[in-house]
Amino acid sequence: MTSTRRRATTASTAASRVVPARLRPVWLIISLAAVAVAAVAGLVVGPVDISGVEVVRQVVGMHTDLSTQQAAIIEQIRLPRVLLALLVGGTLSLSGAGYQGVFNNPLADPYLLGAAAGAGLGVTIVIAGTASTGSTPVGAPVAAFAGALGAVALAYALGAAGRGRTSTASLILSGVAVASFLTAMQTYLLQRNQDTIREVYSWLLGRLSGAGWHEVLLMLPYCAVSWVALLAHRRVLDVMALGDDEAATLGLHPGRSRIIVIVAASLGTAAAVSVSGLIGFVGIIVPHFVRMVAGRSNRVVLPLSLIFGAAFLCAADLLARTLSAPAEIPIGVVTAFFGAPFFVIVLRASRRTGITS
Amino acid sequence: MIECAGVTVSLGNRDVLAGVDLKVARGEWVSIVGRNGAGKSTLLRYLAGLVSGTGEVHLDGRPAAALSRRQRSQLVALVSQSPVVPDGARVLDYVLLGRSPHIRTLGFEGAQDLAAVYDALERLDLLDFADRQVTTLSGGERQRVFIARTLAQGAPIVLLDEPTTAMDVGHQQQVLELVDSLRRQHDLTVLMTMHDLTLAGQYAERLALIDDGRIVVEGAPAHVLTEDNLARHYGARVRIIHDGGRLGVLPFREEGIRD
Repeated sequence: MTSTRRRATTASTAASRVVPARLRPVWLIISLAAVAVAAVAGLVVGPVDISGVEVVRQVVGMHTDLSTQQAAIIEQIRLPRVLLALLVGGTLSLSGAGYQGVFNNPLADPYLLGAAAGAGLGVTIVIAGTASTGSTPVGAPVAAFAGALGAVALAYALGAAGRGRTSTASLILSGVAVASFLTAMQTYLLQRNQDTIREVYSWLLGRLSGAGWHEVLLMLPYCAVSWVALLAHRRVLDVMALGDDEAATLGLHPGRSRIIVIVAASLGTAAAVSVSGLIGFVGIIVPHFVRMVAGRSNRVVLPLSLIFGAAFLCAADLLARTLSAPAEIPIGVVTAFFGAPFFVIVLRASRRTGITS
Repeated sequence: MIECAGVTVSLGNRDVLAGVDLKVARGEWVSIVGRNGAGKSTLLRYLAGLVSGTGEVHLDGRPAAALSRRQRSQLVALVSQSPVVPDGARVLDYVLLGRSPHIRTLGFEGAQDLAAVYDALERLDLLDFADRQVTTLSGGERQRVFIARTLAQGAPIVLLDEPTTAMDVGHQQQVLELVDSLRRQHDLTVLMTMHDLTLAGQYAERLALIDDGRIVVEGAPAHVLTEDNLARHYGARVRIIHDGGRLGVLPFREEGIRD
């Protein structure tokens, strides 16, 4: 009895220093600070000079000395654009982290499985069909989601063909095949609809330039569902990292959880793609960065990917519209410009640390 | 306690298990032996609910068919042959995964779960390793981490699939001693598959020899490990050596085959 109690006491004191993997306050503060800095910079920097203090006062609803025109620039142009960058960036990198967790493959991202290509095809069909000008058609997110899920289902079916189970490798290979096929269909569609080709291309390269409140509100409900579903599975994803059999002996239904996570990540990807086009690398470099600095547990990686992803894309958008002002560089070009070298560095580092092994 | 009757499992067109009857009493240690492909691992996987088949199974007196996956995982823990260690997982986080059966699917661990984890870490002398990454540990330390996770799971029935494969003889003995002492402390029912017949005979209370999906001999180690049985069911030439109460299985090479 005494020995039991003594053991219990030493156990609680000796190990009390070590706590389970969780989002530490210091990282929460750092990531939120990054979002705040990127957002304020995004609001302040622009062709029309407006003081930073005034911008912040305007956004938080305090009295300002701004002219009506200046106030309109902030409220109707810069604020929705910053919000959209935050939403798209957070959603793409959270979806990427979700795919990486569920496929147990750090190289998985929204472009794997053809999810982004499927979403792209869906939106292309809608744009070509409606010949819209400027703002994103309301049907775009739904078409994108249908395209993304269809692509994932196809990749899954092909990956599983001939065998009962789907391995990660066969899934990725079939995803690549599906993506190529869908991209080819998209190109064919574009050639058939010469009149909308410009519209679709400007969207394809990734853009936040036409962003308004319409896009923010269009995307918000899909993002909310995707975020809640993905973040809720962060502990489950850690258990699933043990493999399906072990997860099953620990009481989970890995197949069921996998489908939920894939659908949620595809929904997020589709929503992002439908308003902003194909913005690559966000879903892979942000979660990688988080793993390198803050830990590999999905309980840390998922929430931090969301927050850092938001800050990253907001900052990338700032570069996209200032580097060659008054012209704009497509934001997909900016993320690729930073993403590709980062990716090479990650690959080189992974040979030493085994991140991608 | 494990009771199974008429367990039949088919993979493809082959009956991997063809009517297995086996009883393991509460607190008892039974080891399953048999040549490669005889169906040893499949029996453990069936009991853990990982493969489907027919037959009647009772786990701790409850019919297995009526158990949800979560309920079953609270009764049965499986230590697989080479458990996957996620990259970068720390010992504490890895052992905490064992508490999953007691945590709501989308919920998080409570104080009780952490207490169980710290207790398991202490029993296996792993407290100082709590913050280390599992992949940086030695093979023996890693095996203790796997057992700690199983202990944290708190299941009264523990299935071990060749837990000592690829270990040197010293570590094999340490792991088996550890399993035995935990079994005694926690009144665990242990069912283990083993390749090393000498160790199997020394640690288990009973052996079950499986061949072609059926249990062909069952009983005390001295009853199962006979030269005749091993010749018939393993195709092996062995001598059984008795050293006091202990028993050793010594493979030998027939004279005359050598050049």
